[in-house]
Amino acid sequence: MPGSIKDKVAIIGMGCTRFGELWGKGPGDLVVEAVSDACDDARVEVKDIEAAWVGTLFSGMGGRTISEPLKLQYIPVTRVENACGSGQEALRGAAYAVAAGVYDVCLAVGVEKLKDEGSSGLPGMQNRTGTHYESTPPGMFAMMATTYFKRYGLSPQEGKTMLAKISVKSHHNGMLNPKAHLRREITVEQVLSAPIIAWPLGLFDCCGVSDGAAAAIVTRADMAKKFRPDPVYIKSLQISASPTSGRMVSSYDYTHVEEAFRGGMAAYREAGIKEPRKEISMAEVHDCFSITEAVTMEDLQFSPRGRVKEDIEAGTFNLDGKLPVQTDGGLKCFGHPIGASGIRMVYELYLQLQGRADKRQIRNPKLGLAHNMGNEPYAPVVSLCIVGL
Amino acid sequence: MAGIVSFGGYVPRYRLNRGAIVQAMSWMNIAIMAHAQGEKAVANYDEDPITMAVAAGIDALKGIDRSTVEGVYFASTTMPYNERLNAGIIIPALNVKDQVRAADFSGGLKAGTTALLSALDAVRAGSLNNIVVTSADCRLAKAATNQEMIFGDAAAAFVVGNKDVIAEFKGSYSVTYDFCDHIRTNDSEVDRQWEERWIRDMGYSQFIPEAIGGLLEKYQLKMADFAKVIYPCNNRGARKDINKKLGITSAMEQSALQAEIGDSGTSLPLVMLAQALETAKPGDKLLVASYGSGVDALYFEVTKNIHKKTGRLGVSGYLAKKHDLGSYTKYLVWRDLLPADVGMRNEVADYTAFSMLWRRRKDVLGLWGTRCTSCGTPQWPPQRICANPECGAVDKTEPYSFADKTGRIISFTGDMLAAGLNPPSLGGRLEFEGGGRNMFDFTDCTLEELSTGKAMTMTFRLKYNDRARSIIGYYWKAMPAQEVK
Repeated sequence: MPGSIKDKVAIIGMGCTRFGELWGKGPGDLVVEAVSDACDDARVEVKDIEAAWVGTLFSGMGGRTISEPLKLQYIPVTRVENACGSGQEALRGAAYAVAAGVYDVCLAVGVEKLKDEGSSGLPGMQNRTGTHYESTPPGMFAMMATTYFKRYGLSPQEGKTMLAKISVKSHHNGMLNPKAHLRREITVEQVLSAPIIAWPLGLFDCCGVSDGAAAAIVTRADMAKKFRPDPVYIKSLQISASPTSGRMVSSYDYTHVEEAFRGGMAAYREAGIKEPRKEISMAEVHDCFSITEAVTMEDLQFSPRGRVKEDIEAGTFNLDGKLPVQTDGGLKCFGHPIGASGIRMVYELYLQLQGRADKRQIRNPKLGLAHNMGNEPYAPVVSLCIVGL
Repeated sequence: MAGIVSFGGYVPRYRLNRGAIVQAMSWMNIAIMAHAQGEKAVANYDEDPITMAVAAGIDALKGIDRSTVEGVYFASTTMPYNERLNAGIIIPALNVKDQVRAADFSGGLKAGTTALLSALDAVRAGSLNNIVVTSADCRLAKAATNQEMIFGDAAAAFVVGNKDVIAEFKGSYSVTYDFCDHIRTNDSEVDRQWEERWIRDMGYSQFIPEAIGGLLEKYQLKMADFAKVIYPCNNRGARKDINKKLGITSAMEQSALQAEIGDSGTSLPLVMLAQALETAKPGDKLLVASYGSGVDALYFEVTKNIHKKTGRLGVSGYLAKKHDLGSYTKYLVWRDLLPADVGMRNEVADYTAFSMLWRRRKDVLGLWGTRCTSCGTPQWPPQRICANPECGAVDKTEPYSFADKTGRIISFTGDMLAAGLNPPSLGGRLEFEGGGRNMFDFTDCTLEELSTGKAMTMTFRLKYNDRARSIIGYYWKAMPAQEVK
């Protein structure tokens, strides 16, 4: 039986930039803003940070990615990368270091500057054998929608309508969030009539593309209240990396993500959660595409297999529902600056748990879950973080 | 007995109606209207002479044990590489062994027949057996030229050997002249030709009769001894003149496919020969002549083996599955004659690492995977540890070919964001008959044709052409499976 991170580490300060097409800001600017906010929130100074981790996929190499803009003075700084979970990976590094008792105050930063690529979507990524699959992330996830619709007998229209409601919900929440990139309500009709990006997914089924950064200051749980009266405690940090069998063997059905299911099980075990649908107060999941959120609701056992449609239609995941999801607007409205997303999600959970989420505040949350998923849906790395009071 | 053991053809899916070129360009050169009839075959955006030669080679190798192949000759004047053996790229794609003699034949348009002759001579000499001779051309011309109207893309392939030949090689006669009717240097992508009347009168009408007449005299034959006479000549006046001069009746004249394909350069006489063999009868004598920097004339006698069924699609089979390209500008963009923006995603510089390609040449160029000898699961790319979660056997694998397997679509999409030259980029996940799955780009189809469960076959295609680094990537895609006769 493995040990547990549960209640060993506390988050005592967080910061997050506004996400968007920040043409006037580079990665260093974003890091300075997020970390300054986090330090102010934790009532510490940058010089109090003993070690730091930064998660980024494209926007830097080595620890210098943040030591340079922050002028960190010769302390240990590590850049980590774990695909779309790179932000959570930074938090994991900082939390484990504190839990090991090596440091008292550590910093985790996630940052990505995507809008210097000159095109929409994520930058093209090929392999060096020239055997890359031409399709983009929307294409990869579109195929999950194709098979999901087929398996559960949804016509393309029914399936797309179900997915449209996910985007409508997230846009409502994003509209309430001053840090979100996309801040306006949309309708199901708008979603359904939007141009196709990768059939059957249309424009509003896809998350935005933006720049942003988010940061967290962590300390040992027993020290946390010295910094603030309402620290948020880490209950679980899990990663499930794919053996990539899903790409090669026939048993994978392409209507779920095995890594999310297994990672979720491990996270619930670590956090001592038995009935996730009842015990989890809210979740920020990796809604890179509407279908991803739908399938993730089933993988994380919030909805029974094949029946997420009922919960979507019942409004279970709405801000006023039983299990609000993407209360900040999600990737849908924040975009997905890769390294930043994981910590941005935890930032929202942190605000909600402290009752600081303003117009988005849900009633009396106890536990929040953040979920990231990188690479292709049939062979991803899934990262999970559960935080609570 | 040396001769042709098998033959195959390939014509790309798309046809460009010549009227579309006239409509777009006749304002500049009204003379192109003289060639307005019919259509030209156009290679898909992901095809080039190498991929077309592979397709024809695969067609010709139907029913032949590929481990018996001892040579691969490739003929083309539009080979992508000047240094790097082009036939060397074809060899793994045809899944023949590495221990083969291989050569590229290029230069004049008669290089196709010269490659065939070289193979026949090597077999007759007893040096080699079962040589694949494959030829393809994708010649380009400036807009508003007759060449643009006339040229078309196609390929043909033969297996030349000494056992069970379907057409015995009886003899040949060659002439070679530095007759500069069409020229292209390394610096030029497009054809340049001298005056058409000169080509007609001093080229076609002189050299073809000279070579054919020389062959008849050398072997004491009469024109009437031949069932079919095959020669490339896209000039109607010259054809009439040659037929009259040599006594070639309309029943003996093999179509040059000008209305269906166009002049496919080195491959044209071979495409015509491959089509003639489709309907040939035992005892038929076939005379095939090429044209370009001289002429090779060869003659064959068809044997009773001609009736053996191989499952090939052949030139006629490929002609039947044509699809209208519909747009002249699409042709220009695909051939890089009209610079079009395919998006900055396309500019990623993760070019093929040749050291990596070398390590993985079998799985990239041949689509070889592994099959676990412990649980039987086929998998691509080759794995050291079995991907089947129930198995996990270590280093218990055998090579497994996916290139010849049919797969069924599990899921698919049409991607408008991908930087492709034929949006939406089609692709999806295949479950292979016999097991194994993977993701592939789909080609030679439209989104509307796709559905889950649809049968797909594998096709060797161009993945990208990185002109800045002279790196051309090849790999396999999937296309709808065809019924074969």
